Amino acid sequence: MRKFFRTVFLVDLLKGLRVTFRYQHPKHICTEQYPAQRPRIGERYRGAPRLNTNPETGETLCIACNLCALACPENLIVVGSERNEQTRRKELTTFTYDTSRCMFCGLCEDACPVDALELTQDFEIATYSREGQIWDRQMLEEGPKPTPYEC
Amino acid sequence: MAEATFLDSTELVLNMGPQHPSPHGVRRVILKLDGEKVLGADCVIGYLHRGVEKIGENRTYQQFTPYVDRMDYVAAVSNGLGYCLAVEKLLNIEAPPRAQAVRVILTELNRIASHLVWLGTHALDIGALTPVFYCFREREEVLTVFENYCGARLTTHAFRIGGLQYELYDGFEEQVKAFCDMFLAKVDEYEELLTGNRIWIGRLKGVGILTAEECKAYGVTGPLLRAAGVKWDIRKAQPYSGYDQYEFDIPTGENGDTFDRYKVRLEEMRQSVRIIRQAVDRIPEGPIMGKVPKVIKPPVGEAYVSIEAPKGELGYFVVSDGSPQPYRVRVRPPSFINLQAVDKMVRGGLVADVVAVIGTIDIVLGEVDR
Ligand code: SF4
Ligand code: SF4
Repeated sequence: MRKFFRTVFLVDLLKGLRVTFRYQHPKHICTEQYPAQRPRIGERYRGAPRLNTNPETGETLCIACNLCALACPENLIVVGSERNEQTRRKELTTFTYDTSRCMFCGLCEDACPVDALELTQDFEIATYSREGQIWDRQMLEEGPKPTPYEC
Repeated sequence: MAEATFLDSTELVLNMGPQHPSPHGVRRVILKLDGEKVLGADCVIGYLHRGVEKIGENRTYQQFTPYVDRMDYVAAVSNGLGYCLAVEKLLNIEAPPRAQAVRVILTELNRIASHLVWLGTHALDIGALTPVFYCFREREEVLTVFENYCGARLTTHAFRIGGLQYELYDGFEEQVKAFCDMFLAKVDEYEELLTGNRIWIGRLKGVGILTAEECKAYGVTGPLLRAAGVKWDIRKAQPYSGYDQYEFDIPTGENGDTFDRYKVRLEEMRQSVRIIRQAVDRIPEGPIMGKVPKVIKPPVGEAYVSIEAPKGELGYFVVSDGSPQPYRVRVRPPSFINLQAVDKMVRGGLVADVVAVIGTIDIVLGEVDR
Protein backbone atom coordinates (compact mmCIF):
# COMPACT_ATOMS: atom_id res chain seq x y z
CA MET A 1 0.00 0.00 0.00
CA ARG A 2 2.76 2.37 0.99
CA LYS A 3 4.68 1.49 -2.09
CA PHE A 4 1.63 2.18 -4.22
CA PHE A 5 1.21 5.55 -2.57
CA ARG A 6 4.84 6.43 -3.18
CA THR A 7 4.61 5.44 -6.81
CA VAL A 8 1.47 7.39 -7.54
CA PHE A 9 2.62 10.57 -5.87
CA LEU A 10 6.13 10.42 -7.37
CA VAL A 11 7.75 10.65 -3.95
CA ASP A 12 11.15 9.66 -5.29
CA LEU A 13 11.19 12.39 -7.91
CA LEU A 14 9.94 15.03 -5.47
CA LYS A 15 12.70 14.13 -3.06
CA GLY A 16 15.27 14.82 -5.75
CA LEU A 17 13.55 18.02 -6.73
CA ARG A 18 13.72 19.23 -3.17
CA VAL A 19 17.49 19.12 -3.36
CA THR A 20 17.42 20.96 -6.66
CA PHE A 21 15.18 23.72 -5.41
CA ARG A 22 17.09 24.13 -2.21
CA TYR A 23 20.06 25.24 -4.28
CA GLN A 24 18.05 27.83 -6.19
CA HIS A 25 18.64 30.36 -3.50
CA PRO A 26 21.08 33.08 -4.64
CA LYS A 27 23.40 32.45 -1.73
CA HIS A 28 24.26 29.07 -3.23
CA ILE A 29 25.55 30.52 -6.47
CA CYS A 30 29.12 29.48 -7.02
CA THR A 31 29.72 30.52 -10.61
CA GLU A 32 32.60 32.92 -11.02
CA GLN A 33 31.90 35.90 -13.28
CA TYR A 34 35.33 35.62 -14.78
CA PRO A 35 36.53 38.80 -16.45
CA ALA A 36 34.65 40.97 -14.00
CA GLN A 37 35.54 38.89 -11.01
CA ARG A 38 39.14 37.78 -10.69
CA PRO A 39 39.62 34.18 -9.62
CA ARG A 40 41.64 33.43 -6.54
CA ILE A 41 44.86 31.83 -7.66
CA GLY A 42 46.89 29.60 -5.40
CA GLU A 43 50.14 31.07 -4.20
CA ARG A 44 52.13 28.23 -5.72
CA TYR A 45 50.29 28.29 -9.02
CA ARG A 46 52.49 27.32 -11.93
CA GLY A 47 51.62 29.79 -14.66
CA ALA A 48 53.49 32.12 -16.94
CA PRO A 49 57.28 31.95 -16.50
CA ARG A 50 59.27 34.92 -15.32
CA LEU A 51 62.96 35.61 -15.19
CA ASN A 52 63.51 37.56 -12.03
CA THR A 53 65.68 40.63 -11.88
CA ASN A 54 67.23 42.37 -8.97
CA PRO A 55 64.64 45.03 -8.07
CA GLU A 56 67.27 47.62 -7.19
CA THR A 57 69.72 47.36 -10.04
CA GLY A 58 67.49 45.77 -12.65
CA GLU A 59 70.15 43.19 -13.35
CA THR A 60 69.09 39.65 -14.00
CA LEU A 61 69.48 37.13 -11.22
CA CYS A 62 70.24 34.37 -13.67
CA ILE A 63 73.80 33.08 -13.56
CA ALA A 64 73.47 31.23 -16.86
CA CYS A 65 74.17 27.86 -15.30
CA ASN A 66 71.93 26.05 -17.77
CA LEU A 67 70.45 23.78 -15.10
CA CYS A 68 66.88 24.66 -16.02
CA ALA A 69 67.47 23.71 -19.64
CA LEU A 70 68.86 20.36 -18.53
CA ALA A 71 66.01 19.69 -16.13
CA CYS A 72 63.27 20.36 -18.64
CA PRO A 73 61.75 17.20 -20.09
CA GLU A 74 60.71 19.05 -23.21
CA ASN A 75 64.08 20.74 -23.85
CA LEU A 76 62.40 24.01 -24.56
CA ILE A 77 64.66 26.41 -22.68
CA VAL A 78 67.71 27.76 -24.46
CA VAL A 79 70.18 29.70 -22.38
CA GLY A 80 72.74 31.80 -24.21
CA SER A 81 75.76 32.99 -22.28
CA GLU A 82 79.05 34.71 -22.82
CA ARG A 83 82.18 34.77 -20.75
CA ASN A 84 82.95 38.23 -19.49
CA GLU A 85 86.69 38.76 -20.11
CA GLN A 86 87.19 41.12 -17.18
CA THR A 87 85.38 39.30 -14.39
CA ARG A 88 85.89 35.88 -15.97
CA ARG A 89 82.29 34.97 -15.19
CA LYS A 90 79.57 33.68 -17.40
CA GLU A 91 76.92 36.23 -18.17
CA LEU A 92 73.48 35.74 -19.59
CA THR A 93 72.95 37.03 -23.11
CA THR A 94 69.80 35.41 -24.42
CA PHE A 95 67.11 33.29 -22.87
CA THR A 96 64.26 31.74 -24.82
CA TYR A 97 61.37 29.82 -23.43
CA ASP A 98 58.87 28.11 -25.71
CA THR A 99 55.56 28.38 -23.88
CA SER A 100 53.75 26.51 -26.63
CA ARG A 101 55.48 23.28 -25.66
CA CYS A 102 55.70 23.84 -21.94
CA MET A 103 53.57 21.69 -19.67
CA PHE A 104 54.16 23.83 -16.59
CA CYS A 105 55.48 20.96 -14.59
CA GLY A 106 57.77 23.14 -12.51
CA LEU A 107 60.93 21.07 -12.87
CA CYS A 108 62.91 24.01 -14.27
CA GLU A 109 61.81 26.20 -11.41
CA ASP A 110 62.91 23.56 -8.90
CA ALA A 111 66.26 23.19 -10.60
CA CYS A 112 67.20 26.86 -10.56
CA PRO A 113 69.79 27.43 -7.82
CA VAL A 114 69.23 31.19 -7.47
CA ASP A 115 65.42 31.36 -7.92
CA ALA A 116 65.82 33.34 -11.11
CA LEU A 117 63.32 31.36 -13.11
CA GLU A 118 59.90 31.28 -11.57
CA LEU A 119 56.45 30.17 -12.65
CA THR A 120 54.11 32.92 -11.60
CA GLN A 121 50.42 33.28 -10.94
CA ASP A 122 49.70 34.83 -14.33
CA PHE A 123 47.42 32.49 -16.16
CA GLU A 124 46.22 34.61 -19.07
CA ILE A 125 48.79 33.53 -21.61
CA ALA A 126 46.56 32.23 -24.37
CA THR A 127 47.17 33.80 -27.76
CA TYR A 128 45.38 33.81 -31.07
CA SER A 129 48.29 32.45 -33.04
CA ARG A 130 51.47 30.54 -32.47
CA GLU A 131 53.60 33.57 -33.06
CA GLY A 132 54.72 35.17 -29.90
CA GLN A 133 54.58 31.96 -27.92
CA ILE A 134 58.34 31.71 -27.86
CA TRP A 135 59.30 34.18 -25.21
CA ASP A 136 62.61 35.95 -25.27
CA ARG A 137 64.52 37.39 -22.37
CA GLN A 138 62.77 40.74 -22.41
CA MET A 139 59.34 39.19 -22.42
CA LEU A 140 60.31 36.84 -19.61
CA GLU A 141 61.53 39.69 -17.48
CA GLU A 142 58.53 41.91 -18.09
CA GLY A 143 55.84 39.26 -17.96
CA PRO A 144 52.81 38.84 -20.21
CA LYS A 145 50.49 41.75 -20.80
CA PRO A 146 47.01 40.35 -21.22
CA THR A 147 44.34 42.55 -22.73
CA PRO A 148 42.13 43.86 -19.95
CA TYR A 149 38.46 43.54 -20.75
CA GLU A 150 35.95 46.16 -19.79
CA CYS A 151 32.84 44.79 -18.29
CA MET B 1 13.80 -15.84 -57.31
CA ALA B 2 15.25 -12.57 -56.26
CA GLU B 3 18.74 -12.45 -54.88
CA ALA B 4 19.18 -11.78 -51.22
CA THR B 5 20.04 -8.14 -50.56
CA PHE B 6 21.17 -6.41 -47.46
CA LEU B 7 17.57 -5.52 -46.82
CA ASP B 8 16.82 -9.12 -45.99
CA SER B 9 19.30 -9.17 -43.20
CA THR B 10 18.04 -8.10 -39.83
CA GLU B 11 21.51 -7.39 -38.54
CA LEU B 12 22.92 -3.93 -38.62
CA VAL B 13 26.44 -2.82 -37.94
CA LEU B 14 26.62 0.58 -36.33
CA ASN B 15 29.56 2.76 -35.45
CA MET B 16 29.19 4.49 -32.16
CA GLY B 17 31.81 7.17 -32.00
CA PRO B 18 34.56 8.33 -32.26
CA GLN B 19 32.70 11.60 -31.87
CA HIS B 20 29.80 10.26 -29.90
CA PRO B 21 29.34 12.27 -26.72
CA SER B 22 28.83 9.32 -24.40
CA PRO B 23 32.28 7.71 -24.18
CA HIS B 24 33.97 10.83 -22.70
CA GLY B 25 36.72 10.93 -25.25
CA VAL B 26 37.48 9.60 -28.65
CA ARG B 27 36.82 5.93 -28.95
CA ARG B 28 34.72 3.91 -31.34
CA VAL B 29 32.44 1.04 -30.50
CA ILE B 30 31.31 -1.10 -33.40
CA LEU B 31 27.92 -2.46 -32.49
CA LYS B 32 26.19 -5.36 -34.15
CA LEU B 33 22.50 -4.84 -33.73
CA ASP B 34 19.33 -6.74 -34.33
CA GLY B 35 16.81 -3.98 -34.12
CA GLU B 36 17.38 -2.46 -30.73
CA LYS B 37 19.13 -5.54 -29.38
CA VAL B 38 22.91 -5.66 -29.19
CA LEU B 39 24.44 -8.83 -30.58
CA GLY B 40 28.01 -7.84 -29.99
CA ALA B 41 30.35 -4.94 -29.50
CA ASP B 42 33.90 -4.27 -30.54
CA CYS B 43 35.99 -1.40 -29.25
CA VAL B 44 38.38 0.45 -31.51
CA ILE B 45 40.90 2.42 -29.52
CA GLY B 46 44.03 4.39 -30.24
CA TYR B 47 42.65 7.79 -31.15
CA LEU B 48 44.43 9.36 -28.20
CA HIS B 49 47.68 7.45 -28.45
CA ARG B 50 50.62 9.65 -27.53
CA GLY B 51 53.29 7.06 -26.92
CA VAL B 52 53.73 7.83 -23.26
CA GLU B 53 55.56 4.58 -22.60
CA LYS B 54 58.01 5.33 -25.38
CA ILE B 55 58.54 8.86 -24.10
CA GLY B 56 59.54 7.28 -20.81
CA GLU B 57 62.48 5.59 -22.48
CA ASN B 58 63.86 8.94 -23.62
CA ARG B 59 63.57 10.85 -20.38
CA THR B 60 65.37 10.59 -17.10
CA TYR B 61 63.47 9.12 -14.19
CA GLN B 62 62.57 12.51 -12.74
CA GLN B 63 61.69 13.99 -16.07
CA PHE B 64 59.13 11.30 -16.74
CA THR B 65 57.03 12.07 -13.64
CA PRO B 66 54.98 14.88 -15.21
CA TYR B 67 54.06 12.65 -18.15
CA VAL B 68 52.35 9.98 -16.09
CA ASP B 69 49.87 12.61 -14.90
CA ARG B 70 48.65 12.88 -18.45
CA MET B 71 47.48 9.32 -18.70
CA ASP B 72 44.60 9.28 -16.29
CA TYR B 73 44.23 13.01 -16.06
CA VAL B 74 41.17 12.75 -13.82
CA ALA B 75 43.27 10.97 -11.21
CA ALA B 76 46.71 12.38 -11.88
CA VAL B 77 47.85 12.10 -8.29
CA SER B 78 47.33 8.34 -8.22
CA ASN B 79 49.34 7.96 -11.39
CA GLY B 80 52.18 9.93 -9.95
CA LEU B 81 52.12 7.86 -6.79
CA GLY B 82 52.29 4.58 -8.71
CA TYR B 83 55.25 5.67 -10.78
CA CYS B 84 57.14 7.14 -7.84
CA LEU B 85 56.60 3.97 -5.81
CA ALA B 86 57.89 1.84 -8.67
CA VAL B 87 61.10 3.85 -9.05
CA GLU B 88 61.52 3.96 -5.28
CA LYS B 89 61.30 0.19 -5.24
CA LEU B 90 63.99 0.04 -7.91
CA LEU B 91 66.19 2.32 -5.85
CA ASN B 92 65.31 0.41 -2.71
CA ILE B 93 64.31 3.49 -0.77
CA GLU B 94 61.14 4.57 0.95
CA ALA B 95 59.55 7.94 1.30
CA PRO B 96 59.73 9.40 4.82
CA PRO B 97 56.62 8.94 7.01
CA ARG B 98 55.50 12.53 6.62
CA ALA B 99 55.61 12.26 2.87
CA GLN B 100 53.69 9.00 3.00
CA ALA B 101 50.90 10.51 5.06
CA VAL B 102 50.58 13.49 2.72
CA ARG B 103 50.57 11.13 -0.24
CA VAL B 104 47.71 9.17 1.25
CA ILE B 105 45.69 12.33 1.87
CA LEU B 106 46.21 13.63 -1.63
CA THR B 107 45.48 10.33 -3.38
CA GLU B 108 42.31 9.86 -1.40
CA LEU B 109 41.22 13.40 -2.23
CA ASN B 110 41.95 12.54 -5.82
CA ARG B 111 39.85 9.41 -5.56
CA ILE B 112 36.95 11.55 -4.43
CA ALA B 113 37.53 13.99 -7.30
CA SER B 114 37.69 11.15 -9.81
CA HIS B 115 34.54 9.49 -8.52
CA LEU B 116 32.77 12.86 -8.61
CA VAL B 117 33.62 13.29 -12.26
CA TRP B 118 32.41 9.77 -12.87
CA LEU B 119 29.18 10.28 -10.97
CA GLY B 120 28.40 13.54 -12.69
CA THR B 121 29.08 12.37 -16.21
CA HIS B 122 27.49 8.97 -15.71
CA ALA B 123 24.33 10.61 -14.48
CA LEU B 124 24.52 12.93 -17.45
CA ASP B 125 24.70 9.96 -19.81
CA ILE B 126 21.67 8.39 -18.20
CA GLY B 127 19.80 11.66 -18.53
CA ALA B 128 19.99 13.18 -15.08
CA LEU B 129 21.34 16.65 -15.67
CA THR B 130 21.44 18.03 -12.17
CA PRO B 131 24.08 15.96 -10.35
CA VAL B 132 26.89 16.98 -12.67
CA PHE B 133 26.75 20.56 -11.45
CA TYR B 134 26.76 19.57 -7.82
CA CYS B 135 29.54 17.06 -8.33
CA PHE B 136 31.76 19.57 -10.06
CA ARG B 137 31.06 22.12 -7.38
CA GLU B 138 32.44 19.76 -4.74
CA ARG B 139 35.28 18.68 -6.99
CA GLU B 140 36.28 22.31 -7.22
CA GLU B 141 37.04 22.25 -3.49
CA VAL B 142 39.38 19.33 -3.97
CA LEU B 143 41.09 21.00 -6.90
CA THR B 144 41.60 24.13 -4.80
CA VAL B 145 43.49 22.05 -2.29
CA PHE B 146 45.66 20.68 -5.09
CA GLU B 147 46.23 24.12 -6.50
CA ASN B 148 47.26 25.51 -3.16
CA TYR B 149 49.48 22.56 -2.45
CA CYS B 150 51.34 22.03 -5.69
CA GLY B 151 50.29 24.77 -8.06
CA ALA B 152 48.26 22.85 -10.60
CA ARG B 153 44.74 21.61 -10.61
CA LEU B 154 44.58 18.70 -13.00
CA THR B 155 48.02 17.52 -14.03
CA THR B 156 49.37 18.03 -10.59
CA HIS B 157 52.90 16.60 -10.59
CA ALA B 158 52.53 16.57 -6.83
CA PHE B 159 54.97 13.82 -5.90
CA ARG B 160 58.62 13.34 -6.66
CA ILE B 161 60.68 10.20 -6.54
CA GLY B 162 61.66 9.76 -2.91
CA GLY B 163 59.04 11.97 -1.35
CA LEU B 164 57.51 15.35 -1.97
CA GLN B 165 58.74 18.56 -3.49
CA TYR B 166 56.50 20.94 -1.62
CA GLU B 167 55.96 21.37 2.10
CA LEU B 168 52.36 21.65 3.24
CA TYR B 169 50.96 25.14 3.08
CA ASP B 170 49.52 26.94 6.09
CA GLY B 171 45.95 25.96 6.66
CA PHE B 172 46.14 22.70 4.73
CA GLU B 173 44.77 20.64 7.58
CA GLU B 174 41.91 23.02 8.23
CA GLN B 175 40.97 23.16 4.59
CA VAL B 176 40.97 19.39 4.20
CA LYS B 177 39.02 18.90 7.42
CA ALA B 178 36.45 21.47 6.38
CA PHE B 179 36.07 19.67 3.08
CA CYS B 180 35.54 16.33 4.84
CA ASP B 181 32.89 17.78 7.12
CA MET B 182 31.06 19.37 4.25
CA PHE B 183 31.39 16.49 1.85
CA LEU B 184 29.60 13.65 3.65
CA ALA B 185 26.35 15.60 3.63
CA LYS B 186 26.78 16.16 -0.08
CA VAL B 187 27.13 12.45 -0.77
CA ASP B 188 23.81 11.94 0.96
CA GLU B 189 22.40 14.60 -1.29
CA TYR B 190 23.56 12.79 -4.41
CA GLU B 191 21.87 9.71 -3.05
CA GLU B 192 18.69 11.66 -2.53
CA LEU B 193 18.84 12.82 -6.10
CA LEU B 194 19.58 9.47 -7.66
CA THR B 195 19.32 6.35 -5.53
CA GLY B 196 15.57 6.27 -5.13
CA ASN B 197 14.78 7.75 -8.50
CA ARG B 198 12.73 5.32 -10.57
CA ILE B 199 14.32 6.27 -13.88
CA TRP B 200 17.77 5.81 -12.42
CA ILE B 201 16.86 2.42 -11.01
CA GLY B 202 15.15 1.38 -14.20
CA ARG B 203 18.14 2.28 -16.32
CA LEU B 204 20.77 0.73 -14.05
CA LYS B 205 19.35 -2.29 -12.25
CA GLY B 206 20.30 -5.51 -13.97
CA VAL B 207 22.24 -3.77 -16.73
CA GLY B 208 25.75 -4.83 -17.66
CA ILE B 209 26.07 -7.67 -15.21
CA LEU B 210 29.53 -9.12 -14.64
CA THR B 211 29.79 -11.98 -12.20
CA ALA B 212 32.79 -12.44 -9.96
CA GLU B 213 34.13 -15.28 -12.14
CA GLU B 214 33.82 -13.20 -15.28
CA CYS B 215 35.56 -10.29 -13.62
CA LYS B 216 38.47 -12.50 -12.64
CA ALA B 217 38.61 -14.07 -16.08
CA TYR B 218 38.87 -10.66 -17.73
CA GLY B 219 41.20 -9.23 -15.15
CA VAL B 220 38.69 -6.55 -14.31
CA THR B 221 39.55 -4.70 -11.11
CA GLY B 222 38.41 -1.80 -9.02
CA PRO B 223 34.80 -0.93 -8.29
CA LEU B 224 33.60 -3.33 -10.99
CA LEU B 225 35.15 -6.27 -9.23
CA ARG B 226 33.97 -5.13 -5.84
CA ALA B 227 30.43 -4.64 -7.10
CA ALA B 228 30.48 -8.32 -8.06
CA GLY B 229 31.02 -9.16 -4.42
CA VAL B 230 34.79 -9.73 -4.33
CA LYS B 231 36.47 -8.01 -1.41
CA TRP B 232 39.66 -7.08 -3.24
CA ASP B 233 41.38 -3.82 -2.68
CA ILE B 234 45.11 -3.43 -3.12
CA ARG B 235 45.20 -0.89 -0.33
CA LYS B 236 44.29 -3.78 1.99
CA ALA B 237 45.79 -6.72 0.13
CA GLN B 238 49.24 -5.27 -0.48
CA PRO B 239 49.38 -2.07 1.55
CA TYR B 240 51.63 0.65 0.17
CA SER B 241 52.49 4.12 1.40
CA GLY B 242 51.32 3.26 4.91
CA TYR B 243 47.74 2.36 4.09
CA ASP B 244 47.89 -0.42 6.70
CA GLN B 245 47.76 2.23 9.45
CA TYR B 246 44.33 3.42 8.50
CA GLU B 247 40.99 1.87 9.18
CA PHE B 248 38.53 1.58 6.37
CA ASP B 249 36.10 -0.91 4.90
CA ILE B 250 35.95 -2.31 1.43
CA PRO B 251 32.43 -1.77 0.14
CA THR B 252 31.07 -4.59 -1.98
CA GLY B 253 27.95 -5.19 -4.01
CA GLU B 254 25.98 -8.33 -4.68
CA ASN B 255 24.69 -8.45 -8.21
CA GLY B 256 27.59 -6.92 -10.11
CA ASP B 257 25.28 -4.72 -12.12
CA THR B 258 25.55 -1.05 -12.91
CA PHE B 259 23.49 -0.03 -9.93
CA ASP B 260 25.78 -1.89 -7.54
CA ARG B 261 28.81 -0.18 -9.01
CA TYR B 262 27.16 3.14 -8.38
CA LYS B 263 26.53 2.19 -4.76
CA VAL B 264 30.07 0.90 -4.33
CA ARG B 265 31.62 4.10 -5.65
CA LEU B 266 29.47 6.28 -3.43
CA GLU B 267 30.50 4.21 -0.44
CA GLU B 268 34.13 4.44 -1.51
CA MET B 269 33.92 8.21 -1.35
CA ARG B 270 32.70 7.95 2.23
CA GLN B 271 35.52 5.57 3.08
CA SER B 272 38.01 7.96 1.50
CA VAL B 273 36.77 10.70 3.78
CA ARG B 274 37.31 8.32 6.68
CA ILE B 275 40.91 7.69 5.64
CA ILE B 276 41.60 11.38 5.10
CA ARG B 277 40.25 12.25 8.53
CA GLN B 278 42.54 9.71 10.18
CA ALA B 279 45.55 10.77 8.14
CA VAL B 280 45.15 14.51 8.64
CA ASP B 281 45.03 14.08 12.39
CA ARG B 282 48.39 12.40 12.50
CA ILE B 283 50.72 13.76 9.89
CA PRO B 284 54.09 13.02 11.44
CA GLU B 285 56.79 15.65 11.59
CA GLY B 286 60.02 15.15 9.76
CA PRO B 287 61.61 15.47 6.37
CA ILE B 288 59.51 15.21 3.23
CA MET B 289 62.23 13.97 0.92
CA GLY B 290 64.18 10.76 1.28
CA LYS B 291 67.84 10.35 0.38
CA VAL B 292 67.70 10.44 -3.37
CA PRO B 293 70.77 11.14 -5.49
CA LYS B 294 70.63 14.12 -7.84
CA VAL B 295 70.96 11.87 -10.85
CA ILE B 296 68.85 8.80 -10.38
CA LYS B 297 70.66 5.74 -11.67
CA PRO B 298 68.95 2.66 -10.30
CA PRO B 299 70.86 -0.62 -10.30
CA VAL B 300 70.08 -3.00 -13.13
CA GLY B 301 66.78 -4.68 -12.40
CA GLU B 302 63.06 -4.39 -12.67
CA ALA B 303 60.23 -3.48 -10.37
CA TYR B 304 56.48 -3.82 -10.53
CA VAL B 305 54.26 -1.85 -8.22
CA SER B 306 50.52 -1.75 -8.36
CA ILE B 307 48.25 0.59 -6.48
CA GLU B 308 44.54 0.97 -6.11
CA ALA B 309 43.72 3.84 -8.42
CA PRO B 310 40.13 5.12 -8.48
CA LYS B 311 39.47 3.02 -11.56
CA GLY B 312 41.11 -0.20 -10.50
CA GLU B 313 44.54 -1.72 -10.25
CA LEU B 314 47.13 0.62 -11.70
CA GLY B 315 50.48 -1.03 -12.18
CA TYR B 316 53.87 0.30 -13.20
CA PHE B 317 56.60 -1.97 -14.44
CA VAL B 318 59.93 -0.20 -14.70
CA VAL B 319 63.08 -1.84 -16.05
CA SER B 320 66.44 -0.28 -15.42
CA ASP B 321 69.64 -0.95 -17.31
CA GLY B 322 71.73 1.13 -14.96
CA SER B 323 71.57 4.32 -17.02
CA PRO B 324 69.79 7.52 -15.96
CA GLN B 325 66.91 6.67 -18.29
CA PRO B 326 64.53 3.78 -17.83
CA TYR B 327 65.00 0.94 -20.27
CA ARG B 328 61.29 0.30 -20.38
CA VAL B 329 58.24 1.64 -18.62
CA ARG B 330 55.13 -0.39 -18.93
CA VAL B 331 51.82 0.70 -17.47
CA ARG B 332 48.94 -1.53 -16.57
CA PRO B 333 46.07 0.90 -16.93
CA PRO B 334 42.87 -0.16 -15.20
CA SER B 335 40.60 1.46 -17.78
CA PHE B 336 42.15 -0.44 -20.68
CA ILE B 337 41.64 -3.80 -19.07
CA ASN B 338 38.19 -3.02 -17.73
CA LEU B 339 37.19 -1.90 -21.19
CA GLN B 340 37.75 -5.40 -22.55
CA ALA B 341 34.65 -6.58 -20.71
CA VAL B 342 32.35 -4.26 -22.66
CA ASP B 343 31.35 -6.93 -25.15
CA LYS B 344 30.41 -9.32 -22.39
CA MET B 345 28.41 -6.66 -20.58
CA VAL B 346 26.38 -5.27 -23.45
CA ARG B 347 25.56 -8.51 -25.22
CA GLY B 348 21.82 -9.08 -25.18
CA GLY B 349 21.10 -5.59 -23.89
CA LEU B 350 19.66 -2.58 -25.66
CA VAL B 351 21.50 0.21 -27.42
CA ALA B 352 20.68 2.61 -24.63
CA ASP B 353 22.33 0.23 -22.18
CA VAL B 354 25.61 0.52 -24.06
CA VAL B 355 25.86 4.12 -22.90
CA ALA B 356 25.16 3.10 -19.34
CA VAL B 357 27.74 0.32 -19.48
CA ILE B 358 30.47 2.51 -20.93
CA GLY B 359 29.72 5.09 -18.28
CA THR B 360 29.84 2.58 -15.49
CA ILE B 361 33.32 1.32 -16.32
CA ASP B 362 34.62 4.83 -15.74
CA ILE B 363 37.16 4.88 -18.52
CA VAL B 364 39.53 7.69 -19.26
CA LEU B 365 40.70 7.50 -22.83
CA GLY B 366 44.03 9.08 -22.07
CA GLU B 367 44.79 6.05 -20.00
CA VAL B 368 43.36 3.50 -22.40
CA ASP B 369 45.48 4.68 -25.32
CA ARG B 370 48.43 6.13 -23.39
S1 SF4 C 1 57.69 23.94 -16.64
FE1 SF4 C 1 58.42 21.90 -17.20
S2 SF4 C 1 58.07 21.77 -19.41
FE2 SF4 C 1 57.93 23.93 -18.86
S3 SF4 C 1 60.01 24.72 -19.19
FE3 SF4 C 1 59.87 24.13 -17.04
S4 SF4 C 1 60.62 22.05 -16.98
FE4 SF4 C 1 60.16 22.51 -19.12
S1 SF4 D 1 68.71 27.47 -13.73
FE1 SF4 D 1 68.25 29.59 -13.10
S2 SF4 D 1 70.27 30.57 -13.01
FE2 SF4 D 1 70.55 28.67 -14.15
S3 SF4 D 1 70.29 29.28 -16.30
FE3 SF4 D 1 68.28 28.62 -15.60
S4 SF4 D 1 67.29 30.51 -14.89
FE4 SF4 D 1 69.48 30.94 -15.05
